[in-house]
Amino acid sequence: MLCSALRRLRPSTCILASTRHLTHMGPVETTIRTKLAQALKPEHLEVMNESHMHAVPAGSESHFRVLVVSPQFEGLSLLQRHRLVNEALREELSTCVHALAIQAKTPQQWSSNPSLAKSPPCLGGSKHDNTMTEKLKAGRD
Amino acid sequence: MNSVIRSAARCLRASAWQYRPAQNNGELLSGRARLMCSSSAVLKTLEEIVKKDKVVVFMKGTPAQPMCGFSNAVVQILRMHGVDGYASYNVLDDQDIRQGIKTLSNWPTIPQVFFNGEFVGGCDILLQMHQSGDLVEELQKLGIRSALLDQEKESK
Repeated sequence: MLCSALRRLRPSTCILASTRHLTHMGPVETTIRTKLAQALKPEHLEVMNESHMHAVPAGSESHFRVLVVSPQFEGLSLLQRHRLVNEALREELSTCVHALAIQAKTPQQWSSNPSLAKSPPCLGGSKHDNTMTEKLKAGRD
Repeated sequence: MNSVIRSAARCLRASAWQYRPAQNNGELLSGRARLMCSSSAVLKTLEEIVKKDKVVVFMKGTPAQPMCGFSNAVVQILRMHGVDGYASYNVLDDQDIRQGIKTLSNWPTIPQVFFNGEFVGGCDILLQMHQSGDLVEELQKLGIRSALLDQEKESK
């Protein structure tokens, strides 16, 4: 009932839009949402914890996909847009977040093509990555 | 300091961590000397590496055996465009390189793609460039004709 009510809200209430994650939102996801909202004032924001798709323990917050729709991206190249997102999440990316997939669109681009990209299947790279233990620990601390 | 620079140069020549798709056995060249140098020497070496070839990819695994879905996506996109003569470096083999390239490009994740020494982006950006048609144009600027152009020609 809460989800259907929130779905009727305008897109500007972007943080609440992805309510399906609210009950399962970990601290890292919460921080990511907050920081992106503050830095980029998005009209639409999706933050997806994709750690379960990768070779990391259940409950990890190490792999994320974000979709940010913001007028601040007008006139910026893809690289410049992604750098803004990276900058907003600099601390997380230097500690617990191991992978961050980004879609950065202007409001016009989003309205003409409101589609979410999908991450490619994991090839188990984290299993062979000796820095993962530290990153996963950083996410838990 | 001289020994550090000599070591860096030795590693550059040895290409200890480099994979080239043209190699017969598809294996990484054996690591003769790990790059145990100061970070500035690593950065200098990386600056030379990214300019040595038109297309340079820092990835997890090798084009023959990617170890990460995002790195694999970059490999597949380049393959689709018929780009096969690119230089690829497996960051899982060398933490100095892995950290160094992130510092050089000021980009926190792998894979990383360079065109003519200039950082282009990671998997997401390359994918979007491919989908928008921009990748064909950028390859053309490098003097590389995308295989997709020939496919289009055949189908018309």
